[in-house]
Amino acid sequence: MTVAERRTEPAEPLHRRLGLTDDELDAIRDRLAGREPNELELAMFSVMWSEHCSYKSSRPLLRTLPTAGQGVVAGPGENAGVISIGDGLAVAFKIESHNHPSAVEPYQGAATGVGGILRDIFTMGARPIAVLDALRFGDPADARTRHLVDGVVGGVGGYGNCVGVPTVGGELVFDPSYGGNPLVNVMAIGLMEERLLTLAAAPGPGNLIVLFGSTTGRDGIGGASVLASATFTDDETSGRWLAGASPRPSVGRPPARSKRPSVQVGDPFAEKLLIEASLELIERGLVEGLQDLGAGGITCATSETADRAGTGILVDLDAIPRREPDMEPFEVMISESQERMCAAIRPDRSDAVREVCERWGLPVAVIGRVTDDGDIAVVSAGSEIARVPARALTSDAIVHDRVATAPQHRRAAPAPGVPLDPSDRLPERGMDPGAVLLRLLGSPNLASRRAVFERYDSTVGSDTVVGPGRGAAVLRIKGTTKALVATTDGNQAVGSLDPYLGAASSVAEATRNVAITGARPLGVTNCLNYGDPTRPEAFWQLREGVRGLGDACRALGLPVTGGNVSLYNESQAGAIAPTPEIGVVGLLDDVTRLVGPAFVAVDDVVLLVGEATPGLSGSAYAALAGTAVEDGPPALDLAREAALQGWIRDAIGRGLVASAQDVSGGGLAVALAEGAMWGEIGARLRVATTTSPAVELFGESPSRLVVTARPRFAPALALLARQHGLPVEELGIVGGDRLVIELVGAGATGASEERGSRIADALDVPVRDLRHAWDHGLGRALGWEADA
Amino acid sequence: MPVRIGVVVVPGSNCDRDTIHALAAAGAEPVVLWHEQASLDGVAAVILPGGFAYGDYLRAGVIARFSPVMRAVGAFAVGGGLVLGICNGFQVLAEAGLVPGALLRNRGLRFLGRDVTIAAERLDTPFTHALAAAGRPLRMPIAHGEGCFYADDPTLDDLERDGGVLFSYVDADGTRPADDDRATNPNGSLRAIAGVIDQRGTVAGLMPHPERAADAILGSEDGAGIIRSLVDSAARAANGSPVALGAR
Repeated sequence: MTVAERRTEPAEPLHRRLGLTDDELDAIRDRLAGREPNELELAMFSVMWSEHCSYKSSRPLLRTLPTAGQGVVAGPGENAGVISIGDGLAVAFKIESHNHPSAVEPYQGAATGVGGILRDIFTMGARPIAVLDALRFGDPADARTRHLVDGVVGGVGGYGNCVGVPTVGGELVFDPSYGGNPLVNVMAIGLMEERLLTLAAAPGPGNLIVLFGSTTGRDGIGGASVLASATFTDDETSGRWLAGASPRPSVGRPPARSKRPSVQVGDPFAEKLLIEASLELIERGLVEGLQDLGAGGITCATSETADRAGTGILVDLDAIPRREPDMEPFEVMISESQERMCAAIRPDRSDAVREVCERWGLPVAVIGRVTDDGDIAVVSAGSEIARVPARALTSDAIVHDRVATAPQHRRAAPAPGVPLDPSDRLPERGMDPGAVLLRLLGSPNLASRRAVFERYDSTVGSDTVVGPGRGAAVLRIKGTTKALVATTDGNQAVGSLDPYLGAASSVAEATRNVAITGARPLGVTNCLNYGDPTRPEAFWQLREGVRGLGDACRALGLPVTGGNVSLYNESQAGAIAPTPEIGVVGLLDDVTRLVGPAFVAVDDVVLLVGEATPGLSGSAYAALAGTAVEDGPPALDLAREAALQGWIRDAIGRGLVASAQDVSGGGLAVALAEGAMWGEIGARLRVATTTSPAVELFGESPSRLVVTARPRFAPALALLARQHGLPVEELGIVGGDRLVIELVGAGATGASEERGSRIADALDVPVRDLRHAWDHGLGRALGWEADA
Repeated sequence: MPVRIGVVVVPGSNCDRDTIHALAAAGAEPVVLWHEQASLDGVAAVILPGGFAYGDYLRAGVIARFSPVMRAVGAFAVGGGLVLGICNGFQVLAEAGLVPGALLRNRGLRFLGRDVTIAAERLDTPFTHALAAAGRPLRMPIAHGEGCFYADDPTLDDLERDGGVLFSYVDADGTRPADDDRATNPNGSLRAIAGVIDQRGTVAGLMPHPERAADAILGSEDGAGIIRSLVDSAARAANGSPVALGAR
């Protein structure tokens, strides 16, 4: 025990030790008609009123998001969004964070992140068919980052591979702001028969509450309140917990000094059984409602399902199967032991439910019954030990009106272009653009992710048409001509300059990545990763992010069907860059018409559609160049974005497009290089330069696509673009084994040198060299392979 | 009438549905064989699919070999029945001693999910006779942490001499890799062995997943030839025809 703890602990009242403020305690008394909560009740409130469970800071903001849309069957508030896709089928999808657990114990943190989001999917009645993981870490050269990457990637793979759900995509981003607080956001997608939609409700007083899956232990005590809803201090992530055993917790004495015991432990085998048993129970119509146990454990599952159905639940504490003896009532009620499910069933079906669970080898117990009093009551040894209105724990939980204040100098701040490695800085002038391109392709954020994703099973399920590493993932739907297209995107670089624009750009990029395959985006799920909401500047970033998310979704006509908010992403090193992670699922009606990003055939015409705006801030080039770039982030015109996405889907539908790639990280030159590398064919191109070569080649203005087409289709494609109000530029043709880009026009020559551009006038690189740089960049950055 | 082919499902199987889909697409009638059943319901052949049988926390396949259905599969195999183990199924067959060798952790000690190319060393077996040509590279995924084929040198010599090697990792041109070529032989299997067949010529296992490469839309149909071979052989077995085309 530290000196500080010895001094403060005896004086600290219980509610504060549980993470509740004095105001919140007053509000709890208010919900209990003035009565003082007992210790168990206070523990239940502490998890349910945690930021993680209650969304007490973000709820007023989230209400502003558009949620209605074509085919939406279930939206925010349910475990996952569900959208109808025809043929009696529906897709369920959601993204969620597991940031803090992964910072403390990367393997288990990431593994249980996968487990938790999978449960959200099959709870709805959908079979999980894909996982995408969006990961963010600090400097890849840093030993701690490498430890975290290895653990997180191992955990995602270890869990997903075993349960048999393919990991088909995601992101891996390195930025110094994540050094003390990595982000692990996991998105899962499920496919279901729409008629099997199952909601997380406990209707029908008299019905039984059944708990099945793993037994309940002491793992994950206080995960929601202690771990997920507070800022890290150094001690808690340094691994110093190894030095001594954690003290046995009691109410108000959660293992706070070391947060390690708060991390849950995953068992993917149990999850696999849980998937099969749950889907069988749903298929056979044996459950009235189903809820997984995640943050807040039994307290959360019972109060949320009761509140949604307008009922109450009487919990028989002694009936809950335990994995260790002498557990305190509060431990049982808030344990976050993994791989557990809670169902409301009719009494006459209990034998059938038991048979299904036992056949899958899962412990099962009736742990309570649905009541009509609206309360969560807990009984043990014949006496009632807690009684709290269900809605007080959930829909009537406290909401905080946080203060938002914009930082004073946000525009004047230097670009977030601090290079990860100072030796990566570009020289001052005269650099060969080909060399810049190779540096970008080999940089940690743009290089091939293969070294990471080949540790995942990306093909189990035999639906993976396009797996990780080539833009959006594509999954065929067996028995139909259709496919689902999915991606995650988050733009923290723009977000740190302008959080509104960062969020809107993330939505634009994610939907664009789906649209360029020919698919129609169906809906948006989001994971909002921000700092401490009690800091006005951090709350302003969140507020701006939600505003950008809402505006972009409205402009593109897409519903937000669910998501997750992760706050307190701060460490001693400061807050993370505001990171709205956007997950999008789209529907492709005919998978045989899928268009990819790779160049296809010799003589195909290369077109650039959309318009560049000057600006390099927030770009990968800026990161490489250091702090020299101080212009603003590229502007985003949402109407133009909608037009672009409408055009590309139209063009693909008419069969005019051979390949399509969006211009994003690394700019036009990287988009062209990807087309060439992945198509294993070169191109000879001319780019008209009106600003500077660096902006033309490496600027990341949004709403632009590189599209190739057979020569005979190119005129029709260009005409169609103009009809959609989009500027078109013909860059050249596909062919050869080199990528050649000539810069022509006013900004191309010495004039640009005068204005400080660092690059010369032409780029000419063998495709083989592009591929080599791209293939090996990540392995080298992480020290997984030697420099060659 | 379509031939009935059993797919063994133990808790933790996760390629059973894919295998069932591929079998149905190849014209067979897949029959689920639950791990607790002691009879094979009269199927004409059995596939042990991929997954993490019983969680595989100890060692891949080591628990599954003791399941009731595996006793039945063992008896079926000894009696000349057709059995194919894919990935985890291969590991279970090796643990049960129904095929030679063992599957160790990948040389790099990490799970690997990627496309590989393999070549059938024999076309005269119930599992390969429908393939177009010997030695032609077949592209399909691997996804395993314990796929490094191991046996002692005399056993390896015997396997190579007597036609016990059914599939080898090869490069895209069909060339056998050098010993340390992890691009071609990613798990470091000895003699680049990707799949083996027993002496009777009726029990085989391989680490790559043919059922995931049985449809053009997935990028490769090369695995379909293996599935088709088995379905065809099983149909013959059901009709009482000899199936061990080339016992060694």
